[in-house]
Amino acid sequence: MAAVTLDVRDVAVRRGGRLVVEGVSFNGQQGELLAIMGASGSGKSTVLRSVAGLDPLAGGAIDVGGVRLAAGRTLPRDGRKTLHRAVGIVFQFHHLFSHMSAIDNVTLAPVHALRQSREAAVGRARALLDELGVGGRAAAMPHELSGGEAQRVAIARALAVDPAVLLMDEPTASLDRARRDDLGVTLRALAAQGRTVVIATHDEAFARAVAHRTLLMADGRIVPGG
Amino acid sequence: MRVVLLPLMLALVVAAATAQSGAEFRWGGDAEGGAPFVEADPQDPSRVVGFDVEVADILARGLGRTARFVQVGFTSLDAAAARGDFDIGLSGIEDSAARRSRLAVTIPYYEFREILTVRDSDRQRYRTLADLRGRRVATLGATLAYDILVAAQAEFSLVAVTYEDDVHPYSDLALGRVDAVVLDAVLADRGVRRNPGLVNQDTDLGVGYYVGVLAPEQSALRDRVNEILRTAMRDGRLEAVFRRWEMWNEDQPRLYARLLAGDAVELQRTATDSTDTWAAARRYFPALLQAAVITLVLSCAAMALAVVTGSLIAAGRVYGPRSLQAALTAYVEVVRGTPLLLQLFVLYFGLAPFVQLPAFIAALLGLGLNYSAYESEIYRGALQAVPQGQLDAARALGLSDRQALVLVRGPQAFRLALAPMTNDFVALLKDSSLVSVITVVELTKQTSIFAANIGSWVVPGALCAALYLVLSLPLARLARRLEKRWQP
Repeated sequence: MAAVTLDVRDVAVRRGGRLVVEGVSFNGQQGELLAIMGASGSGKSTVLRSVAGLDPLAGGAIDVGGVRLAAGRTLPRDGRKTLHRAVGIVFQFHHLFSHMSAIDNVTLAPVHALRQSREAAVGRARALLDELGVGGRAAAMPHELSGGEAQRVAIARALAVDPAVLLMDEPTASLDRARRDDLGVTLRALAAQGRTVVIATHDEAFARAVAHRTLLMADGRIVPGG
Repeated sequence: MRVVLLPLMLALVVAAATAQSGAEFRWGGDAEGGAPFVEADPQDPSRVVGFDVEVADILARGLGRTARFVQVGFTSLDAAAARGDFDIGLSGIEDSAARRSRLAVTIPYYEFREILTVRDSDRQRYRTLADLRGRRVATLGATLAYDILVAAQAEFSLVAVTYEDDVHPYSDLALGRVDAVVLDAVLADRGVRRNPGLVNQDTDLGVGYYVGVLAPEQSALRDRVNEILRTAMRDGRLEAVFRRWEMWNEDQPRLYARLLAGDAVELQRTATDSTDTWAAARRYFPALLQAAVITLVLSCAAMALAVVTGSLIAAGRVYGPRSLQAALTAYVEVVRGTPLLLQLFVLYFGLAPFVQLPAFIAALLGLGLNYSAYESEIYRGALQAVPQGQLDAARALGLSDRQALVLVRGPQAFRLALAPMTNDFVALLKDSSLVSVITVVELTKQTSIFAANIGSWVVPGALCAALYLVLSLPLARLARRLEKRWQP
């Protein structure tokens, strides 16, 4: 059995005094492509944000990359570094840094968070962009990219620190059918490299077609047998 | 509210208009000039006292009217006289070729000498202008003394420092900011009285006269005023006035004798004397260019200071602990809420007993710190306008808060701030004219010196405006280009 890279136990998240996620538990294994399905507002994006360390927990715990996230506990500085090195996230709207070219978006974290040399970071970024089929757009600014291109640059940015876990929020939201199929292939390949890939999507057909395993969320909880 | 205000304003306008005519003799002067010229009566600040007040009373009585004082800033007296804001301007106004060519000027009623004032310890060292090679010498802008200094600047390579008032040259001399003051003996006597440790040298640097100025079309009234002045010279009333103010000396009876004999008074020729506008424009243009460079350098340096300080304040207000936020908010409100002019005065004159900032540094600090308050508000707004998604992405990539600020949030905020910043820079460029109050001769100050010399604002004003535009337009263009490049 493959190693567990992500362990989410009984997680609760509060927003504006209201619990938006409650009692969510699941785990992810090395090489596994996991899909969390659910309608918008079901809490699936919030779960991803919590795993990425962006939303604090109100209950439960998450073990990822050797770091434990728990309610009422702020990570020390090096803990945060370890977490962000272990977990990459691709947002629904990509959130590419609007003032930087595609390649600068990709090299930012390796150079500044990991203190890699610029040459090494650029070399790896070019390889990632090529691999994802957007090598020709390295010099483009985010507003010059199409939705599909921006997503691939965002994936390259998340992969630049070589995380063990890759999270993607609504990856098919802005893609046409052909691009959706391409994305499915890409995600499978990423999992095959030994990463844990977790996607949150309301696109059930896509999820069932590409994922090794699916979870269904509704009203902030996992639906048993979904 | 408006319904009440309108009739009230109308009533005021009508009252002002009727006040202008009738049995009043309106005379303009600057009470800021102080004793012995015109000053607010220490016993009753609503009244003015001074020898010019008494001369005005003599004139009013001679005309069978009652004198009424009109407060006008000294540097605006000529223009106000030409406009007809009052019947006559009297405030230690010097006779000059430019005034004679643009206004109706009375005969002189007082003769003064330009003299050198130095610190007591320098009494032996600095006896004449020639002794002041390479030294800073203060005077009042747009006066005969200024013309004398400009000529000496070329001849003895001393540095002329112009002030907007006649009090601070002497206090700065006492502090050691300048090494001498050249002004007329009336002002010099007052300066020495107020600042122990200063002495007047008896070297005579030039002779000038106080006159009254009237609108050019008022030559008939001017002639009547001249008659009244001559009568007062003859019957000793003028002598009594000047004796009362301890200004009487042997120069006056000689002047009166010449005037009563019908002799015209010759003006001392000075290097900058001119009534030919175009010749003067050619002569002043290099000085205007030099002043424009000072304006530009000062504005750029002040803006740089404002941007750096403003960024730090904004970062402190967005990221800092509550106590720091409160302190910075207080700073911004105090700096924004008080006049820049006052801040410049405090920095240059107010702090002088403790730390003597050079004028340019005080100007740079004043402008830079004042604008930093405005810049910080722009940056704070811009920082808060950067989308949360960008900040989430930075955090998720493992950037520290500081890295996220420097690499992502700051640069994006800067783009948002660019348009309002350009606006502020253009405003600063023009606000930099205020620093002339602390002796920095920048573009506007040089223009007003030019205008005073030729007695008209038309050509100097047009040149000055053109130079400001030359400075500000490329800036606006550059900002627009940057904006275009950065904005999606």
